Amino acid sequence: MAAFTQSTARFAAGLPLLLLAGAFLVEYAPFADIQPIRMLFGASILNFALRATVPLILGALGGILCERSGIVNIGIEGMMLAGAFAAFVAKTATNHWALGPSLLLGTCATLLTGAAMGLLHALFCLRFGMHQIISGTALILLSMGISATFFDRDAVAVGKFAPWPVPLLSEWPVIGPLLFNKPPITYAALLIVAVVGFALAHTRWGLRTRAIGEHPRAADTAGVAVLRLRYLNTALGGALAGLGGGYLVLEAVGQFQEGMTAGRGFIALAAMIFGNWHPVGALGASLLFGYAQAVQNELLLAQVTVLPRHFVAMIPYLVTVIAVSGLVGRVRAPGSLGQPYRRETET
Amino acid sequence: MNSAPVTGRVGLRHQSAGIRRNMPQPVLEVRGITKHFPGVVANRNIDLDLSPGEILAVLGENGAGKSTLMNIIYGLHPPTSGSIRVGGRRLECRSPRDAIAAGIAMVHQDFQLVPTMTVLENIVLGVETTRRGVLDPATAERDVDELCQRFGGQLDINLQAVIDDLPVGMRQRVEIVKALYRGARILILDEPTAVLTPQETGSLFQIMRGLRNQGTGIIFITHKLKEVPDVADRIVVLRQGAVVGHARPGATTEQALATMMVGRVPSLTVPKTTVVPGPPMLEVDNLTVHRDDGTIAVDRISFEVNQGEILGLAGVQGNGQTELIGALTGLRPVSSGTVRLNGRDTTQVSARRVGRAGGTGHIPEDRHTHGTVESFSVAQNLVLNLCNRPPFARWGLLRLEAIRAHARRKVADFDIRTTSLEQPLGSLSGGNQQKLVVAREMRDGLQLLIASQPTRGVDMGSVEFIHHQIVQQRNTGRAVLLASYDMDEILALADRIAVMFEGRLIGLFPAAQVDRNRLGLLMSGIPA
Ligand SMILES: Nc1ncnc2c1ncn2[C@@H]1O[C@H](COP(=O)(O)OP(=O)(O)O)[C@@H](O)[C@H]1O
Ligand SMILES: [Mg+2]
Repeated sequence: MAAFTQSTARFAAGLPLLLLAGAFLVEYAPFADIQPIRMLFGASILNFALRATVPLILGALGGILCERSGIVNIGIEGMMLAGAFAAFVAKTATNHWALGPSLLLGTCATLLTGAAMGLLHALFCLRFGMHQIISGTALILLSMGISATFFDRDAVAVGKFAPWPVPLLSEWPVIGPLLFNKPPITYAALLIVAVVGFALAHTRWGLRTRAIGEHPRAADTAGVAVLRLRYLNTALGGALAGLGGGYLVLEAVGQFQEGMTAGRGFIALAAMIFGNWHPVGALGASLLFGYAQAVQNELLLAQVTVLPRHFVAMIPYLVTVIAVSGLVGRVRAPGSLGQPYRRETET
Repeated sequence: MNSAPVTGRVGLRHQSAGIRRNMPQPVLEVRGITKHFPGVVANRNIDLDLSPGEILAVLGENGAGKSTLMNIIYGLHPPTSGSIRVGGRRLECRSPRDAIAAGIAMVHQDFQLVPTMTVLENIVLGVETTRRGVLDPATAERDVDELCQRFGGQLDINLQAVIDDLPVGMRQRVEIVKALYRGARILILDEPTAVLTPQETGSLFQIMRGLRNQGTGIIFITHKLKEVPDVADRIVVLRQGAVVGHARPGATTEQALATMMVGRVPSLTVPKTTVVPGPPMLEVDNLTVHRDDGTIAVDRISFEVNQGEILGLAGVQGNGQTELIGALTGLRPVSSGTVRLNGRDTTQVSARRVGRAGGTGHIPEDRHTHGTVESFSVAQNLVLNLCNRPPFARWGLLRLEAIRAHARRKVADFDIRTTSLEQPLGSLSGGNQQKLVVAREMRDGLQLLIASQPTRGVDMGSVEFIHHQIVQQRNTGRAVLLASYDMDEILALADRIAVMFEGRLIGLFPAAQVDRNRLGLLMSGIPA
C-alpha cells in the first residue's frame, strides 16, 4: 500500500506538471501552431479542465472525509445536487441584493444544505442502522425529487462569481491566467485539498479520523468518541460535496438545471477511489477526469468527425471506468468501511 | 467548650487514617455486577476489590465471564446491575473515556491496535500531545522512550514500525506501553500471556512487579494455572459468571485451583498408550509457500508424520504455521516442493480431493472463518463437507433423514450440548461448536488428522474431551499433525515436536527430549 500511495502522489504531481509543460510549449515553442497540440494544451482546454476539476475534487473530498471515518458515501451526487439547488434558491431569492452578499448567501446555503445532507446520512446509518449504500442512494433520490419538484423554471439567477486575480502572481506568463486569475471557489477547493491533506496526517482530528475508519473499536478503547466524530466528519464531508454542487451554480454556469450534476458525484467517487482515499491523490484523479471532459469538449467543438459524437461524449466516462478498473487490488479502502460500529455486539 | 467534640472528630479521622495505612483503601471496588446477554448470564452478582500495589489474578475457564467483567469496568458494556467505585468515588462508566479519565487502563484480549498506523500513533491515540493544533510526535516519542527506559529494555519497540508488520509478541508490547503511557493507577491485563513464549511471559511479569511496587493496582486475567503463583498476590476464581473462590498463591495448589475453575476434579494429564509408529502417512519435502502479499511464509520445510503418531507443530503465532496447514489441506497453493499422502503426490490437489480421496480430516485454526456456517443448523454443519455424496445425497438431492441420523449419532458420541439438531450452530457455546467440528472431521476412513489450534477458546471440559479424541485417533494407528500456539498442549499430546520459526523448521525432536524452557527458547528462534 505504501508503494501505491507514492505512485498516487507521483501521479497527482505528474499530471499537472505535464499539462503545464504542454501549456508552456504552446506558448513558446516553435511548433505551437500544430493544431492537435494547441487543442490538447491550449489555454482554452486547460481552463476548461480546471473548471471541470473543481466540482469533482470537492465531491471527492466530501467522500474522503466520510469514508476515512468508515462510512460509505455513495450519495455524493445527491449532496452535490442539493448544494447546487440550495445555491440557486438562495441566489434567486436575493437577486435584488448587491451581487457580493447574494453570492455569499448562496455559498452559505450550499454549505449548510450539504452539511444537512451529510447529517441525514449519518443519522440514517449511525442512528437507525440503515445500510450505508441504501442510505446514500436514498440521498440521491431525495435531492433529485426535491430539486425537480420545487425548481422554478422561470427563475433566473443574476450574476455569478467573477475571477479574483491574485496581485503579481496573476501577471506570470501562462501560469498566471491559468491558476491565479480564478473565481473564489476554485481557490478554496485547492486550498481545502492542502488543508485536509495536512490535517489528516498531522492533527489530532486527522489521527482520530484515520483510527475510527480503520478500527473503530481500537479508537473507542483508546478514548475516542467514535460516533461523535463520525457525525462531525460526515457533516463536514456533506458541506464540501454541497459546495461542489454550489460551484456549478455560483461560479461555473450561473443557473440551475434539473439533474445538473449529471453524474459528477459518481465521477468524484471514482476520483476518491483512484486517489486511494487521499486528498492529493484525489486531486490528481479529479484533474485526470476533468481533463478527459475538456478533451471531449474540445473535440466536440472542433467538430472532429473521425468518431461519431456519441463516442466522443463517452470519453470522460470511459477514462473513469478504465482508470478505476485498472486499480483493483492496488488501492486499499479504510478497514472498517461500511461496517456499523456497535460497542456491545463486538467481542 | 466547643473544642471537645472537634478534637474527638479529629481523633476519629486519625484513627481511620491509621486503619487505611495497614489495609489500604481499595482503589477499585466492584459490587454486585450482573450482566445478561441474550440467552447468557455472563456475570452473576460479582464482588471484587483491588488495592493499590497489588496484583490480583482472575482465574477462570474460557467463557467464565472474565472479559465481560473487565469490559464492564472499562465502560465497554453497561452492566445489567451493580456498581463500580474507583478511589472511593462511584464511577458512572458510560464509555472507555470515563474509565480512562478515572485512571483505568486495559490491555484487551483481542488487541485493540489500528493495523495501518505506526506504533507511536497507536500509543498516543486518544491522548495526543499537540503544539498549536499540530501533533507533536517528537515530544511523544521522547516521553515513550523515557517510559520504556524505566523498564530496562524489556519494552523496547521501534516506534515508527507499522502494526501490520509486527509479530504478535511485539504487538502485545505495544499494548502494554499504550496502557502505561496513559499513566493508569489501575491496569487490567486480559489474558496477556496467551500469545507469549515463557521467556516473554517472564519479562512481562517483571514489568508487572515493577508497576506494583510503584503502587499500581493490577488485574491479571488468565486461564493458565501455572502462571498464577509466579506473580499474583491474591487470586479470585470465576466459574460460569460467578465468583467461586478466593485464594493466596502460597496457600493453595494447582489441583485445588483447577477444581475451583472447573467445578470438579479435572485430570491435568492425558493418558497415552504406547504405540509403535507405522510407516509415514504424510511426507512433506522441501515445501515453500507464499503469503497473499507475496512474502515467503513457509521456507523449504521437510518432515513426515507417521501412522500412530502425533507430530506437534509448535511455534509462536505468525511464523508460517497457518500457511503450512493451508498448503497441506489444499487451501493455499504450494510454491515449490512436494506433499505426499500415503505415498501419492497431492501437492497441487484441491481441498475437497485432499479431504475425500486422501482421507484427511482438518480441524481449522479458526472455526468462524473456516469449516462452519454459524447460521446453519447443527445437523447441516455436521455434513458440510460430506453432503454432496452418499449416503447424504442421491441424484443431487439431500437425504434429510440420513443427515439427521448422522447428526443424532455424532451429537451423542461427541457430547455436543445442543437443544435440538436444528439449532443454529452460532448459538452453541464455543466448546460445543468446536466439538462439532471435531466430530465431523473424525469420520470413518480417516487416515490423517490435521488439527490446528483444536482447543483454542474452548472450556476445560471440552479441552479434555478433544484431547482424548485426538489421542484416540493416534492410538488406533492414524497419523495426527497437531499445530498449536499453546506449548502445554503440544507437550501434553505430541510424540514428536517440530518447531517453526519465521517459516523454517528450527527443530524436530522426540517429545521426551524437550522441556518447556527449551521449547520456549526454540519458539523465540534460539536453537538450543
Ligand atoms: N457481546 C456479547 N454478546 C453476547 N454474548 C456474549 C458477548 N460477550 C460475551 N458473551 C458471552 O458471555 C460469556 C462470557 O464470555 P467472556 O466474558 O468472553 O468469557 P472469558 O473472558 O472468561 O473467556 C460467554 O458465554 C460468551 O459467549
Ligand atoms: Mg476472555
